[in-house]
Amino acid sequence: MAKTKFDTPEFRPYPTVPVLKPGVMKGNGPFVAKPDMQEALGFPGELIDDWHDVAIEKMGDLLKKYRSLRVFLDSCVKCGACTDKCHYMIGTNDPKNMPVARQDLLRQVYRRHFTLAGKLFPKLVGAKDLTKDVLDDWYNYFHQCSQCRRCSVFCPYGIDTAEISMAAREILDTVGLGQKYCNEIIPKIYKIGNNLGLPKPALANTLEGLEEDIKDETGLDIRMPLDVEGADILLITPSADFFAEPHIDGLIGYAKVFHQAGASWTLSSYASEAANFGMFIGSYENMRKVSQRIRKAAIDLKVKRIIFGECGHAWRVAYSFLNTLAGPFDFLDTRYPVPQHICEYTYDLIQKGVIKLDKSANDHRRLTFHDSCNVARGTRMGDKPGGQFDIPREVIKACCNYYYDMEPDTIKDQTYCCGGGGGLLTDDLIEIRVKGALPRMEALKQVVDDHGVTHMAAICAICKTQFAKVLPYYGFEMDTVISIHQLVGDAIVLTTEVKTPG
Amino acid sequence: MASIDVNGKSVEVDEEGYLVNLSEWTQDAAKILSAQDELELTDNHWEVINFLREYYDEYQIAPAVRVLTKAIGKKLGPEKGNSKYLYELFPYGPAKQACRFAGLPKPTGCV
Repeated sequence: MAKTKFDTPEFRPYPTVPVLKPGVMKGNGPFVAKPDMQEALGFPGELIDDWHDVAIEKMGDLLKKYRSLRVFLDSCVKCGACTDKCHYMIGTNDPKNMPVARQDLLRQVYRRHFTLAGKLFPKLVGAKDLTKDVLDDWYNYFHQCSQCRRCSVFCPYGIDTAEISMAAREILDTVGLGQKYCNEIIPKIYKIGNNLGLPKPALANTLEGLEEDIKDETGLDIRMPLDVEGADILLITPSADFFAEPHIDGLIGYAKVFHQAGASWTLSSYASEAANFGMFIGSYENMRKVSQRIRKAAIDLKVKRIIFGECGHAWRVAYSFLNTLAGPFDFLDTRYPVPQHICEYTYDLIQKGVIKLDKSANDHRRLTFHDSCNVARGTRMGDKPGGQFDIPREVIKACCNYYYDMEPDTIKDQTYCCGGGGGLLTDDLIEIRVKGALPRMEALKQVVDDHGVTHMAAICAICKTQFAKVLPYYGFEMDTVISIHQLVGDAIVLTTEVKTPG
Repeated sequence: MASIDVNGKSVEVDEEGYLVNLSEWTQDAAKILSAQDELELTDNHWEVINFLREYYDEYQIAPAVRVLTKAIGKKLGPEKGNSKYLYELFPYGPAKQACRFAGLPKPTGCV
């Protein structure tokens, strides 16, 4: 863990188009996955000899499988709308971090092999052969994309760089060049049940300890049930909620909400992970395998409902893909959304008056909210458009007296990534993580200066860890970031006599 | 693969400086790993390292930060049972840096 050797970007007096610094983020990319990690996911252990042909063949497969990929690679008109929309471009000034340039890394090879003009007149249409240099650029720059999809909001054609980046990583994995961070983690889910590698006895011990803490704090027996067969609700939450700060206070918040609602709920040691890194590496097979565990846990525990905790990309997988990956979920109670987000659940209880919140309990905090990219641009909550923006805010506002939004072009569908999403939350990528956080830190600085904001709430384990790490680089305290359900947990009025659920 | 020299014995570490074989850990190895981060281990550091190793022996994983702070609060006094204090001891984070010195694998995931 060597000391960092880079400068944290300066806050800009006002947003400007960055002065380009070509090649400034060129490098070897993140640590490469070891053979055992690769093989556990069904990929070659190391870069294979015929990587060129296999990569082209894989690209052809993906083009057939995902029509969208071909459309995205064909339809760019180089209008330039995306160029200054990427947080990594803004933070690094490297032109290859322009979304269009990132896409072009793949597009140039696509044109060479899959378009007539590129086959006949490569130079005229910007087509290029897949050389080792190009492959290295793929590995480096497709791991400087957090798949946050902000650029696609501004693209007149809706080109989704995330999907291109996922395809590139899938090709890289297929030729044996995988990223250590993601590919070390996914096999732990298969083996142990979660990204952390937290075995059941350790999970049980952690939950018991938390029950004791809550008892000390409230005097109440608020449970954190594990593997309870016949419970109504299965809570699927990121394993970081069991381990890290400030995440764990969010977990305590969920438990208080379930307790006060009189709900019967359980965690599962088999599916003790909401996160699904299969999406980050673009591997449908691995995404499906991870999702299937949730289905199995729901069946084995005979639950009626599935609720997801605060995890950004998990909610995208859950909301947008779970039914096709692991459905149908016709064995669940169809009167409730399948699946449901914990914010939807809490919001509903607030609306019905099942839980009461004492806003003054959070009077020592002045809040803002960071929309997590996958929630904001890949999902919805509730039954109205924009529910994924409104419901978390309504929950926060029900918990506190002081709430201030950041600048409109940095929130909701235009939210900036925290800088650590998409499989980039690893120490070997700390430079790009710190630099990519610049636009969010600037927006935070403004509400801190203008409104005295003390805390930024989030609903994603990656966002929370990333901010806890990078906030100090920008002169903020690491505990400025907080879980929405910590606010709920602090404001909720607990009674010994619980109401029947509405 | 990189290695560190512990009293003339070569001990393998991964690219992030974590021991590859947990069984090769010794107190001297911890001192060498901490010296790489320009940290001198005090008694309070050792309380944390020893607790991590005991917990790992029982559960095959490092404790949650909350479990660690509670345990340290009991041992060193309630004013030290918080993550701020642990960050003073281990500036790169009690979970990751302290695990490295204790010879445990790096906690993985969104942590």
